[in-house]
Amino acid sequence: MNDKIISLISGVIFGIGLVISGMTNPEKVLGFLSITHNWDASLIFVMGGAILAFAPFFFLLKNKEVSALGAKIELPEKQNIDKKLLIGTALFGVGWGLVGLCPGPAIAALATFDPIVIIFLVSMAAGVLAKKNIIK
Amino acid sequence: MHNFTPISALIGGIIIGLSVVLYFYTTGRLAGISGIFENAVTQSSKRLSNILFLIGLVIGPMFIYYIISPNEPITFEITHSYLLIIPGGFLVGFGTRLGGGCTSGHGICGIGRLSVNSMIATALFVATGIITVFILQQLGVYL
Repeated sequence: MNDKIISLISGVIFGIGLVISGMTNPEKVLGFLSITHNWDASLIFVMGGAILAFAPFFFLLKNKEVSALGAKIELPEKQNIDKKLLIGTALFGVGWGLVGLCPGPAIAALATFDPIVIIFLVSMAAGVLAKKNIIK
Repeated sequence: MHNFTPISALIGGIIIGLSVVLYFYTTGRLAGISGIFENAVTQSSKRLSNILFLIGLVIGPMFIYYIISPNEPITFEITHSYLLIIPGGFLVGFGTRLGGGCTSGHGICGIGRLSVNSMIATALFVATGIITVFILQQLGVYL
């Protein structure tokens, strides 16, 4: 088992979870964001289930020196809550609300062969590159 | 809430969480999809691993759609307006990288780590998402 195989397997499991949860359907995500009309709270259960599964393992594993494959454990550095975090996440929410896709489901949606997904992903890549080139 | 599906949502969520556990346990990295996407697009280090994760993210749904339940129609309802898709995609890409994470990186990994930053980030993108949908509904774009 190396890093590449495990990355592929993790992606497959993540994608299966997304389909079962219903989150691959943008309309369902928009139903969660639509609190004043036919609100669909399912997304809370998706996030809650994922957090419940992950959190105990994280606290068991986080103080290890290396991972099971011998790689360095990479945790985000502690950061102050700054303008970048607030403006970035606020803008992300706007984009999420415009279409109902966040990065995971957007990539998983390629499985539908709907060409509009490619337009979304190209725009998303443009956003990533714009951020990288404009803001250091 | 006639579309509410808490059981499948919870099961799917737990599967997503287990994928994050497997990835963290083996590679030592947190499975934030926007970060993996950025890496696949721009970085040279671990680029192939990140691309393979994203390929897996497409293979998983394909497996369900075309092998497990080939007779069931795929429920994928999305706007086809470029006026929503292009700015939507751009803001998701730009915003997640500026803010350091998305629904998985902040919402699952971050909250799972009890990171206060991620809790604030998640509350904020859910709030602006709700406001955006509300405005679109008032404009008659969505129901």
